[in-house]
Amino acid sequence: MAATLGETRTAQAAPPKKLKIKPVDAIPLWLRTLAAIVGVYFILPTFIVIPMGFGGATTTFKFPPEEFSVKLFENFFTNPAWIGSLGKSALVGVLAALVASTFGTAAAVGLHFLPGRLPTLVRTLLMIPLVTPSIILAVSIYVSFLQWHLTGSLPGYVVAHAAIGLPYVLVSVTAALSSFDSTLLRASASLGASPWRSFVTVTAPLISKGIGTGALFAFVTSFDEVVIALYLRSPMFQTLPVQMYNSVTVEIDSTIAASSSLMVIIVSLILFIPQFARAKKTS
Amino acid sequence: MTQLSQSNSETFAAASLAAKSGTEVRLEGVTKDFGLAKPAVDDITLRIEPGEFMTLLGPSGSGKTTTLNLIAGFEVLTKGQVLLNGQDVGALPPHKRNLGMLFQNYALFPHMSVYDNVAYPLRERKTAKDEIQRRVGEVLELVQLVGRDKHLPKQLSGGQQQRVALARAIVFNPKVLLLDEPLGALDRNLRGALQLEIRRIHREVGSTFVFVTHDQDEAMNLSDRIALFNEGEIEQVGAPEELYARPETLFTAKFLGDSNVFHLGKVSPIDNAVAWEDERWAVDANTVSPKVASDRGSALVVRPEGVSVSKNRSEVPPDANAVKATILDIEYLGSYRTLVLALGDARLNGRARIDAQSSDFSLGEEVVAWWRPYRQRLVAE
Ligand SMILES: Nc1ncnc2c1ncn2[C@@H]1O[C@H](COP(=O)(O)OP(=O)(O)O)[C@@H](O)[C@H]1O
Ligand SMILES: [Mg+2]
Repeated sequence: MAATLGETRTAQAAPPKKLKIKPVDAIPLWLRTLAAIVGVYFILPTFIVIPMGFGGATTTFKFPPEEFSVKLFENFFTNPAWIGSLGKSALVGVLAALVASTFGTAAAVGLHFLPGRLPTLVRTLLMIPLVTPSIILAVSIYVSFLQWHLTGSLPGYVVAHAAIGLPYVLVSVTAALSSFDSTLLRASASLGASPWRSFVTVTAPLISKGIGTGALFAFVTSFDEVVIALYLRSPMFQTLPVQMYNSVTVEIDSTIAASSSLMVIIVSLILFIPQFARAKKTS
Repeated sequence: MTQLSQSNSETFAAASLAAKSGTEVRLEGVTKDFGLAKPAVDDITLRIEPGEFMTLLGPSGSGKTTTLNLIAGFEVLTKGQVLLNGQDVGALPPHKRNLGMLFQNYALFPHMSVYDNVAYPLRERKTAKDEIQRRVGEVLELVQLVGRDKHLPKQLSGGQQQRVALARAIVFNPKVLLLDEPLGALDRNLRGALQLEIRRIHREVGSTFVFVTHDQDEAMNLSDRIALFNEGEIEQVGAPEELYARPETLFTAKFLGDSNVFHLGKVSPIDNAVAWEDERWAVDANTVSPKVASDRGSALVVRPEGVSVSKNRSEVPPDANAVKATILDIEYLGSYRTLVLALGDARLNGRARIDAQSSDFSLGEEVVAWWRPYRQRLVAE
């Protein structure tokens, strides 16, 4: 477009001099190559993990798999230890995401409307779980939960995972709020809506994408969290990542290959949800 | 005390007439201090009549929006009282004050259709569904937006969006409508059209309108009365013609329309003549602003349409006040023309509006500008 415009203008201005116009917005070859390499680097593990799930029920892992079978998936779905841990992970993930998105949204909205520097400080404090090494979090949570008898229980898992999921909600809701026009709340108040009604009818719908994105990230974070889960586990309550860990340390069970494939597929599908939602809206 | 109970009984009488008669808005010593050098709103007392169209006019930063926000309840009073029909609403949160409000950026809910936006205040009041349908239909007709109810705000033009906002703000028959520069974001033509519309809707719904603007023409076009703001205080309140014809201070004279201004320094309000350079001018007691005092600077102001121009002193009527002038420029404006003048030795900028038929003047010509004493105003600086 820009090139055409340039051409017409030169043609009008002076007798045609041979002008070679280079497209300026082109992405250089080296950058394309680099991007491709980085892309492959990120995706390759997936292409190894998924085929391995379809390998035979041997006790050693091999790539590429020597045979094709669904034996490992069959194991996964019939063995109560595996399928049960998937259910528990899903339950913990959903509840942790609910708790994290409730409290994360409340925190983000509250901090957004507070004046002064305090909000920045509090936001930074709330982000700390993101940068704390998991083992430190895990040990501290374990020690505190022992006193409160929360280890090995559903509430314990939910509380711990909600805490590490909350920063994601905080970030995505804060981002959504940055484009939120607070005059709308004056409008709704002048029209008779109490602050709570204003939140329900105006703020929440307009930041729902941010809340949704945060909740998905919180779910995924909980779903594949292993360090804290290892500390909190009990014989009665084990999440999928703990079961996977056990399967290669306590016993050698190659069902882990199938469960890894499943994990990758589930997490990818979940992270694709926002993309699909957006594509549907624009079409 | 007796006054208070009296206004209370008035409240009940007015309330029964509902929206048709509007609500009285009273500001008593209203002050808002943000901790800056001077309070943003500094001890304002103002009574807005039921059903009146009152404009808060003033330069940017003079405290108009803050005053409106204090009435709406979006800001907390530092001092003073806001009374609606005699009832102190200082402790009421905004959503319980039953006031409609219009914003410069429209503030329509972007995720709701036009219909849902307009129905919003009725739904919050748990109005019955068929009643909502009827009322929304009515106001959309009133603002001439029939057939757009399924559109989203972003599918409408700025002018249409502000009409939706207007419909939404009046659909629940608010006691008072507060408008904060609602036409500020629109282009000139559209602004004129919407001014007419706001005036018409004010007449039809009959509620009290408090309109904020920094545009003097807009204020003159719309208002029953104007309260002119200056640095958080009210400079003068009155009908547009009154503010234009009888300004009390130089600020008012300069803010509304053009003026020829002669700074006089301190003069006594009871003198019947004042001096400026070599001239001596007669002063008519009727034209002295009540704010003129001998311990405060004064100025003499004359509107361009009050000034005549003659070739020499002999043509000036004996009872007129005159000053020598040089013609700097001539602006032709259809039926009349404006002479741009340099007045007196100080060569002050001045203007005279003269008939297009009157004798010809040329640029640089030395002339005499004069006016009858009743056309001038002695104002406080
Ligand atoms: N929330 C606030 N905090 C601090 N100062 C404010 C605030 N709102 C307004 N002000 C100040 O108060 C003064 C009046 O502002 P405003 O009422 O918006 O004026 P106007 O509407 O006449 O342009 C300005 O000096 C402005 O900077
Ligand atoms: Mg303002």
